[in-house]
Amino acid sequence: MSHDGPHAKLIYMANQIAKFMESKPHAEGVAGLSSHINDFWEPRMRRHLFEVLDAGGQGLRPLVLDAAPSIRRPAEAA
Amino acid sequence: MKDFIIPDRDFGTPAAKSKQMVTLNIDGFDVTVPEGTSIMRAAAEIGISVPKLCATDSVDAFGSCRLCLVEIEGRNGTPASCTTPVAPGLKVHTQNSKLKQLRRGVMELYISDHPLDCLTCSANGDCELQDMAGAVGLRDVRYEAIETHFKPKNNSGIANPNYIPRDDSNPYFSYDPQKCIVCSRCVRACEEVQGTFALTIEGRGFDSRVSFGMKSDNALASDCVSCGACVQACPTATLQEKSVIEIGTPERSVITTCAYCGVGCSFKAEMRGDELVRMVPYKHGKANRGHSCVKGRFAYGYASHKDRILNPMIRDSINDPWQEVSWAEAMEFAANRMKGIIAKHGRHSVGVITSSRCTNEETYLVQKLTRGVFMNNNTDTCARVCHSPTGYGLGQTFGTSAGTQDFDSVEETDVVIVIGANPTDGHPVFASRLKKRLRKGAKLIVVDPRRTDMVDSPHIRAAHHLALTPGTNVAVVTALAHVIVTEGLFNEAFIRERCDWDEFQDYAESVSQPQHSPEAVQMLTGVKAEEVRAAARLYAMGGNGAIYYGLGVTEHSQGSTTVIGIANLAMLTGNIGRPGVGVNPLRGQNNVQGSCDMGSFPHELPGYRHVKNDNVREIFESLWGVKIDNEPGLRIPNMLDAAVEGTFKGLYCQGEDILQSDPDTKHVSAGLAAMDCVIVHDLFLNETANYAHVFFPGSTFLEKEGTFTNAERRINRVRKVMAPRNGYADWEVTQMFAQAMGANWAYTHPSQIMDEIALTTPSFAGVNYAMLEEKGSVQWPCNEKVPDGTPLMHVEGFVRGKGKFINTEYVATDERTGPRFPLLLTTGRILSQYNVGAQTRRTENVVWHDQDVLEIHPHDADNRGIKDGAFVRLASRSGETTLRAKVSDRVNPGVVYTTFHHPDTQANVITTDYSDWATNCPEYKVTAVQVSPSNGPSEWQEEYSAMASRSRRIAAAE
Repeated sequence: MSHDGPHAKLIYMANQIAKFMESKPHAEGVAGLSSHINDFWEPRMRRHLFEVLDAGGQGLRPLVLDAAPSIRRPAEAA
Repeated sequence: MKDFIIPDRDFGTPAAKSKQMVTLNIDGFDVTVPEGTSIMRAAAEIGISVPKLCATDSVDAFGSCRLCLVEIEGRNGTPASCTTPVAPGLKVHTQNSKLKQLRRGVMELYISDHPLDCLTCSANGDCELQDMAGAVGLRDVRYEAIETHFKPKNNSGIANPNYIPRDDSNPYFSYDPQKCIVCSRCVRACEEVQGTFALTIEGRGFDSRVSFGMKSDNALASDCVSCGACVQACPTATLQEKSVIEIGTPERSVITTCAYCGVGCSFKAEMRGDELVRMVPYKHGKANRGHSCVKGRFAYGYASHKDRILNPMIRDSINDPWQEVSWAEAMEFAANRMKGIIAKHGRHSVGVITSSRCTNEETYLVQKLTRGVFMNNNTDTCARVCHSPTGYGLGQTFGTSAGTQDFDSVEETDVVIVIGANPTDGHPVFASRLKKRLRKGAKLIVVDPRRTDMVDSPHIRAAHHLALTPGTNVAVVTALAHVIVTEGLFNEAFIRERCDWDEFQDYAESVSQPQHSPEAVQMLTGVKAEEVRAAARLYAMGGNGAIYYGLGVTEHSQGSTTVIGIANLAMLTGNIGRPGVGVNPLRGQNNVQGSCDMGSFPHELPGYRHVKNDNVREIFESLWGVKIDNEPGLRIPNMLDAAVEGTFKGLYCQGEDILQSDPDTKHVSAGLAAMDCVIVHDLFLNETANYAHVFFPGSTFLEKEGTFTNAERRINRVRKVMAPRNGYADWEVTQMFAQAMGANWAYTHPSQIMDEIALTTPSFAGVNYAMLEEKGSVQWPCNEKVPDGTPLMHVEGFVRGKGKFINTEYVATDERTGPRFPLLLTTGRILSQYNVGAQTRRTENVVWHDQDVLEIHPHDADNRGIKDGAFVRLASRSGETTLRAKVSDRVNPGVVYTTFHHPDTQANVITTDYSDWATNCPEYKVTAVQVSPSNGPSEWQEEYSAMASRSRRIAAAE
């Protein structure tokens, strides 16, 4: 994967999950993707993902954008 | 060799499995045994040992030594009791004057061609020939030894053509033909137990000799895999461990568990004082049933290797030499650094890596350290880089990541699919059990890019070898499902009863689409459609179907998807929930199952319970008196990313060498170099320790109490046979460190840690040391509902309720070949070496494999002007290295293969940071590479080697 941009790796990882979830019915895919990220991504990673999302989500597959509202926004760093 | 310490009785012939019982009378005592039992074994059951030489209960009866003769009333002659089965009402006599005379005559003949050097013989006190001479009352040998096999020269001083000198070529055992009585136990053990067929009997009559392979071969040059089965079977000093020759006989033994692969063989560590004389596979070990491989049986010398570090060491910077300090100083230094980091960068800036080489108890403590003392969930383990996709895939479909069977199950299998696993090298003792079943008629399908030994070896041939292009597992597995569904071969009754029928229908519709057909994907996978169809039909219709898989499945960007696909296949065909079937991940490390069970993953507390669940956290919070973080922590690759980014600063790494074993070495080293405190807790200054500030010396499995959990979910005891050379067992070291960090831990024995695990984790609720002492071992879940443990999973229904079919869409990896990197590299293991080689490289095992080599197809080699044995440069977009080429048609054109056992090869400089979509398990198995002729080590190898030797300096004591 090319690592251009600060969060290229995270974008890539989110898109990889999306590619699997895309084989499911849309609603199930959205739920699957958001719960996967909520369950497995440490807050730092989710924070970076939200930086990408908040900046328009460039480079993310549509399913990631659709799932974004149900991804948990991490609390501020402890 | 006969057992003489804890008497493991030898019943002479294997147990019969019949349910039909037969009663007979032996020497006036009635005995009832299963039909098919030999008279010898029946006698042994009531404590009567019929004299014998060629019989032993690990192999079938042979009837050659004629020592075990008995008389049966109403039958003629004196039949051999080993080959004569019991029958109802028989009256057998094992001892009378006729039998005594016959036996004495037989022994007299044996002894007439055997040296009488018992006192100086290495088998003195441990020799069945000696015992039998005593048992039959041999007092005199009337024959003069003229023509013999044991005298180097005959009586006139001329060289004896029958004399064969001792063969010491194998580093661990010697073969001394002069002591041989040609009982064939070794030949039969090699054949029946190990399945290698390296030994044979050459010649006939008086010329009969045991021979390793051809006459010109010696033990090392032959096909021998040094499993030790022949040494075990030998009744004399003919095949003998060199350690016994050197040390003498052991005087006590301790039953423990091997610390190499996930098979988890039980061994008897045979001791004299605190010196380990030999490791002998334990007959009653339920994983190995008395068998072993070269690693577990012989490769334990690393425990006393000079490279072992025995004192704690510290240093300010990784550029400084190490300084040996006391344990107290090391603890203070490490704790101060860690506390400093936490104070400055917050509690999420540190974490741990638990070891899959250490015990359950030790692993539990390490994750407890991060959760209860560092106050975060930053814990991970090497399962991240091997079977984490198994956890995800089987968890989603079946409801638990657990492998479904015990190893005994293979004895009832009719069709075996081996996917992405090389059991003869990676899990040799399981491979022997599998091969035994295959020789009895079970069919085999191998899915592997490389022609492994399972595909074609003596008396074993796979019905189908699907030699797929690396990276196309999902396409092949989905095509198999396509055939099963579209040809109507699925088990509708099973699916209706056990799975969600609606989900199945969605799945069936999806998988039936033409793009999943074998014909549609054959260009992609490189596997002929007809082969795929035939394999699918065989698996679906061939009887009990079992799938065994390894890292060739998981270590891909679609690793989790393939695991799901495998689970789908088992559910489609109803191959779940009874003996002989199932989905069986072959786990890499001795305790990788256990380390996962113990909550090593950053999202799960012990027992696979997510940290987000309040009720689960409460169990631990109330016991530990802390507040546990409810957010998942960092996985290993994420830790390294965070380290490079500057938010992760401190790591306690127990018994794992992430620098060598994890992908994209340059990224790993950059991450480690960016940390302020790396604590390595290991036996040796491993590669990761080059970047460490604190080194805690570790203890070996011989030096501590604990438990390992093998691939069958079997919890086996590890027992201390000698004091820790470094002073402390690893659990004690972790505890001292936790105490230095302010924790109030006060365990005095690992059994207390297991009690805490049982108290907090329902699947372990019934486990404790007293129970393990009594039962030997137990497979979890083990609790009130299943007090004896669970050999088979999903018997009544799936753990999650209904089995869940999930669509598996093939997504090509982004690691693709192109003009710069036209070949695909895949990686694997070799029998004699283990993982990163830290242990096995420090044993004589290096005689079999002293360097990693690159297997390349003759076609690709020719194109590049590469000759067999030449140095080649192996380059990917991540990095390059050099190693020697081995031209071989085991790999297809376009594919190259190597192992990763040697640090100077640094195969992981080549591998990329692509990883499984669900778990970040790295894609070791597919890397686009170029291979070209080379003159020697790459720049990276030279730089790294210089850096490593600089980094390993230890300052002289003042």
